Amino acid sequence: MSDYVMAGDIAPRSLFISYPKNVQLRACAYARSQLRLIVMRIRASHPSASRYPKVTLMTNEQCTTLKVLDNVPFGQIAGEHLFFALRLERPTWKSWQPGQFVMVRPSGWALDMLWARPFSICRVSNRDLVLFFQAVGRGTRRMASLKSGDEVLVWGPLGNSFEMEPDTPTLLLAGGIGIAPFVGYVHTHPRPWNLHMEFGHRMPLNCYPYESINEKIMGDAHHEQKPEDLAAFIDCMDKRIEEFAGQNGLVLACGPTPFLRTVQQLSQKHNARCQLSLETRMACGVGACLGCVTKVSDDMQVNGVAAGRAQVCNHGPVFWAHQVNLSED
Amino acid sequence: MYMDMRLNLPGLPDFSFKNPILTASGTFGYGVEFAPYGDLTTLGGIVVKGLSLAPRAGNPMPRIAETPCGMLNAVGLQNSGVESFITEKLPKLPWRELPVIANIYACDPGEFAELTGVLAREQGIAAIEVNISCPNVKEGGILFGQDARQAARVTEAVKRMAGDKPVIIKLSPNVTDITTIAKAVEDAGADMLSCINTLSGMGVDIRTRKPLLANVIGGLSGPAIKPVALRCVWQVSRAVNIPVIGIGGIASAEDVLEFMLVGAHAVQVGTANFLRPDFSFRLVQEFEQLLQKMNITDLEEFRGSLKA
Repeated sequence: MSDYVMAGDIAPRSLFISYPKNVQLRACAYARSQLRLIVMRIRASHPSASRYPKVTLMTNEQCTTLKVLDNVPFGQIAGEHLFFALRLERPTWKSWQPGQFVMVRPSGWALDMLWARPFSICRVSNRDLVLFFQAVGRGTRRMASLKSGDEVLVWGPLGNSFEMEPDTPTLLLAGGIGIAPFVGYVHTHPRPWNLHMEFGHRMPLNCYPYESINEKIMGDAHHEQKPEDLAAFIDCMDKRIEEFAGQNGLVLACGPTPFLRTVQQLSQKHNARCQLSLETRMACGVGACLGCVTKVSDDMQVNGVAAGRAQVCNHGPVFWAHQVNLSED
Repeated sequence: MYMDMRLNLPGLPDFSFKNPILTASGTFGYGVEFAPYGDLTTLGGIVVKGLSLAPRAGNPMPRIAETPCGMLNAVGLQNSGVESFITEKLPKLPWRELPVIANIYACDPGEFAELTGVLAREQGIAAIEVNISCPNVKEGGILFGQDARQAARVTEAVKRMAGDKPVIIKLSPNVTDITTIAKAVEDAGADMLSCINTLSGMGVDIRTRKPLLANVIGGLSGPAIKPVALRCVWQVSRAVNIPVIGIGGIASAEDVLEFMLVGAHAVQVGTANFLRPDFSFRLVQEFEQLLQKMNITDLEEFRGSLKA
């Protein structure tokens, strides 16, 4: 982690509640993990339909205008800020789950850009809603200039969420900006000592909210600077997935599609229970425009028929790895 | 504050909309997707996502692209088939208080007739809107909507099976003279026209040298096409004697009045539903407020009163 440098005058760390690492918890974790292994072995000997529980969809979504509290840049690339933690007033949602997302459209946008943009929910506290984004396209580049007091229209929480089994050893695999939903996952998980993260990234580590995850759970960051680094990261994921599959653990992944494809192949190889959070272009976010579909296997039904395709927005964004087909059309 | 915006349609004594704001096919799902964001029964009506006899997988991805003041789509009419709609979606809609209009798509007149037959039996369906912007596979793939004779044949086929359900023909703007098609389908028995479907278009990426849509060509919608839509509604409403529903880039209450000024009886809101999921619900209220502000008490008097 030698490449980890705190951002100059703005400390991104201050955005998230920090807890000191608890050594006692770690010791406890070892005892628990042994106990859990015994339970897991018993459970594994009784295969049931719940190996892949149906990913349920919640419907308490609402559409509200929220004020921007601040828009904090993370790191710099060639003197330019490209990564931001957008902190908004807390919406009045009854509940939300890590893995869900929101659609965001700044109120100042005229009709030249019609669509809102989808963002994973990074965290919700009793003070704020935090989203994490990278300025890559027309919309997100314009959102980089959002400042305190500006208003944005937000609808959500949308979609389903990652499986959370407090006692199951869970491997979190994140690629680049795909780290965003795991911040909330780690911070809302009741037993974070069961979590482990492998994070692959291309930009400097201080561009991502890695510290707020690393302060709670064990994990490693892999900076891809040359082609060999990617091979090493894949090799590491291969070993980790094998290890967690052996404990009947859970593998959760979020990142760019080529990364998800690799995770899918590796989890198939090791017969790991694996969920993938997909990212696609979206217009409505609620299942109407059919612009965000992914190919799905025939055992996944949409509206009571095996349609072969499902919307990422309201049938995902989280899918069991064996239910999606990520091949290019 | 309440103003009666109920709309009675000439030639259709048993049919009315409680206000002139409907949602356009393909932009409002099956309605249920938008139920968390507003009261569906406040809308004038909804036109559901295009239905075909058999489920259709639709086109490969990417299917949508954002363009200046608009968007392109080539979804390819993905839907899980008419039977699935009737059993899974329709029962969840408040169809007793909300006109639910079924939009249908088929590849030949016989299939159109069969689809209509299925829907005509459903009490929950208020009317049938026919998408004629599709190729007739049995006659060399020419688009029904681009040929007056073919458009008339589809209209007759649907009308024959529709029973007492009004039949709305959705016209394509991708024609030399839209009034020719409009008159042909009126003569073939259409009860209403909706005008317009998307404009044919495409987008490209100079860096990847790829088209923005996997299908290369798609349909352009959104505020970018409003001037074209206004022109079409103006021409069509003067050419026919049946009600015209205006569609194309409506994004404000003022836009609704613009379409009425050029002759539309009602409108459908499409791409603007993506601006925010409660857009159409808010538009009904904003439209009522605009009428009060402008002191318009008689929409029938205002309609088609363009001083040209």
